[in-house]
Order: sequence, then structure tokens, then C-alpha cells
Amino acid sequence: MEVKILSAKFDIEDAHLIAVAKDHGAYQTLDKLFSMSPEDVINEVKESGLRGRGGAGFPAGVKWSFLPKDLDKPTYLAVNSDESEPATFKDRYILVKDPHLLIEGIIICCYAINCHDAYIYIRGEYTSQVKALQRAIDEAYEAGYLGESVGGHDFRLDVTVHRGAGAYVCGEETALLESIEGKKGQPRSKPPFPAVVGLYDCPTIINNVQTIASLPFIIQEGADAYKAHGTEKSSGTHLFGISGHVEKPGMYELPLGLPLMEVLDRVAGGVWKGRKLKGVIPGGSSTPVLTPEEAKTVSLDYESMAEHKTMFGSGGIVVLDETVDIVKLVENLIHFYHHESCGQCTPCREGLGWMLKIVKKIIAGEGSMADIDLLVELCDNIEMKTVCVLSAACTMPVRSYLNKFRDEFEAYVTDAAS
Amino acid sequence: MSDRSELLSTGEPFAFDAERDAEFERLIVRYPIRESMIMPALWMAQEQQGWISTEAIEYIAERIGTFPAKVFELATFYTMYQLKPAGQYHICVCRTLSCWLRDKQAIVDYLAEEIGIRPGQISEDGRFSLEEVECLGHCGTAPVVQVNGEFHEEMDLEKFKALLATLE
Repeated sequence: MEVKILSAKFDIEDAHLIAVAKDHGAYQTLDKLFSMSPEDVINEVKESGLRGRGGAGFPAGVKWSFLPKDLDKPTYLAVNSDESEPATFKDRYILVKDPHLLIEGIIICCYAINCHDAYIYIRGEYTSQVKALQRAIDEAYEAGYLGESVGGHDFRLDVTVHRGAGAYVCGEETALLESIEGKKGQPRSKPPFPAVVGLYDCPTIINNVQTIASLPFIIQEGADAYKAHGTEKSSGTHLFGISGHVEKPGMYELPLGLPLMEVLDRVAGGVWKGRKLKGVIPGGSSTPVLTPEEAKTVSLDYESMAEHKTMFGSGGIVVLDETVDIVKLVENLIHFYHHESCGQCTPCREGLGWMLKIVKKIIAGEGSMADIDLLVELCDNIEMKTVCVLSAACTMPVRSYLNKFRDEFEAYVTDAAS
Repeated sequence: MSDRSELLSTGEPFAFDAERDAEFERLIVRYPIRESMIMPALWMAQEQQGWISTEAIEYIAERIGTFPAKVFELATFYTMYQLKPAGQYHICVCRTLSCWLRDKQAIVDYLAEEIGIRPGQISEDGRFSLEEVECLGHCGTAPVVQVNGEFHEEMDLEKFKALLATLE
């Protein structure tokens, strides 16, 4: 089932080194790239149907075309390598195993959007990964693929790595920009959108690592070759991270559109220890949970996930076996989002804390049925009432657990009463 | 660590060593505003000194041309900046979803029993400090632990005990 486009060089020894990467095709798109016009590049990417792989799934080429024309300001690219959504662990494979694929993609994107200064925002926890990435960038400078004349062409490009330091919210694109500017990672109100007013008040494109790393294939092989994989509206391949209670957790590159259960059984070895399935989190911890019944009919693409009232998200799939205590899982999730709230919006800063206290109270056997309803009410009062979607990233999944596993919350209350 | 409310002083002046001094100059020209160097400079100070002291904050502010309060603000907002010395081995255990599902708690409990430290604490001999951190992005090889920044994956209790033995 696996298709290796992004991960084509992952199994090749030392493919992170430029000499080895070049032997296997790295930087070979550049002559073709510079023979195209930037508009042609944007059109090819639009035509490919490539969608943002950070979680939102917005068409990448369309995003690029939002940049204002003929503005007397530089344009910036910020590559989002914050990868902090729980259950997401795909981009770091690119950073470590094939960083030159990312650099080549950055060159393609920067040429298309006329950008000469790109920043890669990488989460602070990625210690060995940042070293691998910086080493590759140094190699690319030395080989002339970055710097004054990229690959000998009349195009300057500087790429700078900016390390985060432990804030999940910096994966939100305007918080990420604030962080590069030397501020607390607190998201900005939108509009204006970053394509118009972004980094240092200049037009800025923010793309996920995997989105950028998909570009060399699209330019080299063409949009049609990319669209040959996936579905009509969800084209191409995706690095899926499968974790939790499966026999073979790990990162797998698959075309979009495969049936979820088939992937879990055939690729990830099924639920571990011969246990039964209780639920599946389809795309990172902020996506609403699917019951085993729902999981049977969903496929791994943006449209099918939306039809099942959840989201494709980051492709981070978590399998929950029958032993999972859903109430404690919800406690774990709320703890995460409460801890990561940037603090600027009261409903998020305070509300998530209230939710955590109520769930803890229920677990301690001190909750009432009214507390369960209060959790739902809090979700309604927090969601979409904040500058960014961090709070919704908590309330949307929590509401799904309350709806689909309400009996488990009630059991805590009735067991304590009896 | 857990207490992020105050700064500690070393009583000694702080300055970047030659290597970091060069790195600072190499990087600052990459940014159109000097404040963008606050985070990289905090990382450099932490790497050099192991943690971030009052003197380091003041040095960075002066070097960049901003207020110490601005540097302090970032040092406290971003949780990976250490505002006090950690143990010789600083252990971070991921506490979030996939590591929780794969029993990270066994590791945390073991550290409490064997070494006597709970999250946020440092052992009496100063050798170990423990922090429970949010998702480390290694969910496919959960549970995951970092020791002084180095990742150790698929850490069931037996493997963790073996790892700990190599540190002693």
C-alpha cells in the first residue's frame, strides 16, 4: 500500500549527506525550475492539487497566489517545522533522513513567490533534528545551492533556522511569526492574513515541511504524476504517523484515500495484543474521535473525514484499544491544551483550566451529572471565541468524547454515588 | 523546571565565549531586526552555562540593544529555557497522548521510587532532575524520554532501567 515519493530516499544509507542525496536525484529539478516562469511554477503546484500538510489542508498554490503583486517590500517564506500536535511525528523524518529534499523544495517555493530570505521554524525539542538540518543547510551553501546564486542561477536565497523553545502555540502561523520577530508566541488577529501582512509586516507564506518537501516531485514529474496518487480532491501522498495501541506503530507514506481500517490492519498490524478497538483519533489529538463503527467507513482523505464530522488534520492516527479509560484520556488532552494556552484570550486561558478541574473532579469521584453538562457548556462558550483555534483544538475533540463515550463519564459519577 | 517565577544570579559576569560570539555575529545579519536574536541568544547562553541567569539576561539585552525585561519575558514564556541549574542528567519524560497510552507513568513512578524525584525535582546529589513534558513528536516509538536533549525511544520500563544504569 505504501508509495514512496517523499520517503524515496529514507532507506538509503547516508542520504542525508549531499553527495549521497545528489547521487539519488537531489537538486536535479533546479535547471528545469529556472527555465520556468514563477507563474508557471505556481500553476503547476495549483494543478497538482497539493494541499497544506500542516493540518488545515488549504491548497498550497492558491495560498501562494494571495501574495500582493508589485509591493515595494520583500516577501518571506516561513517553513513550519514546529510539529507539536500530539500524535504528529512525520516532518522530523524529512529533517533527519532527507533534509536536502526540504531545501530543494524551499528553493522551488522561494523562486515561485520571489522570496530571498526563508526561515525554518523548528521546535526546540528537536535537538538532533536541528543539527541534521543545519548540517544539510551548511552543505547546500558550500555546494552553491544556497547563497548568492542558487545552483549558478541569478537568484539569491538565504535560509536560516530559527529554534523554538517549547511552545505548541507557535505551530499556529501568526504565533510562529511573532516568535521569529523575538516576541512571545501569541497569535495575531486575522485579517490581515500573513500573505499580506506577515513577518516584519511584509508579505509572508507559511508552509509545512511536508508541503514544501512535496514540491521537487511535482516540478520534476509534473502535476499529473502527482495527481495519479490519491483521490480527485485529495491528491498525492501523505506521511501518516500511526501510534497508540497497534502492533506496528510508525511512519508510513501512503496515497490519500485509502480505507482507514484497511491501513490499520494491513500496514500497522491491527490492534495490539489481540484486543478490541475502542476508537481512532484520525489526524492528531485535536481531531474528533471516531468510534469503531465510524472507522469502518472512513477513508484517509480530507473529504471523507469531513463527512464523518472529523478532520484529516496532520495525518497522526492514534488507535485506542478497549482498555483505554476515555475520561482519563480527556484529562490528558485538556492538560496539554491548558498548559499550551498562550494566555492572551480569557476563554482559553481560564476556560481550559476550568475544564481540567471539572474532569479531575469527576475522576476523583466527586463529580455530578451536572458537571458533565457543564463541560459541554464550557466547550460551547470557549470555542471560536478566541484569537486562534488552540482552544477549539481542545473543545472539538473533548465534545466528541462527551458525545460518543458519555457513559464512561456517567459511570464515574454513578460509581462514586453507589 | 516547574518554577519559572524568578531569576537566579551566579554573581559572576556573563559573556559569550569566542565560538558563540562568532555564531551571534553570523546570525544577527540574517534578521532585519535585532530583537529576532533574543531566542537564539537565549539558546546560546543556555548551552554555554547550562541554564539562564540574571547576568545572561542582562548581557543578551545589552548586546541586542533592548530591555532586560523583554529578554526575561521570552525566557519565561518559552518553557525550554532553564531558569535554574538542572541535574547532571536532566530527564524529560513525555506525558502526552501516545506516550500516556503506552505507559509513560511506569517510568515516572520508577524514578520516584528508585531515585526519589518527582516531576519538577532534582535529586539530592544533583545528579538527576526530572521534568514531565508535553508531546515530544516521537509518538510512533512511544514512550519516549530525553536525557540532556538526547532522544531515547520505545522506552518500556526494562529499557529505561538499562538506560539509567548507563548514567550511573
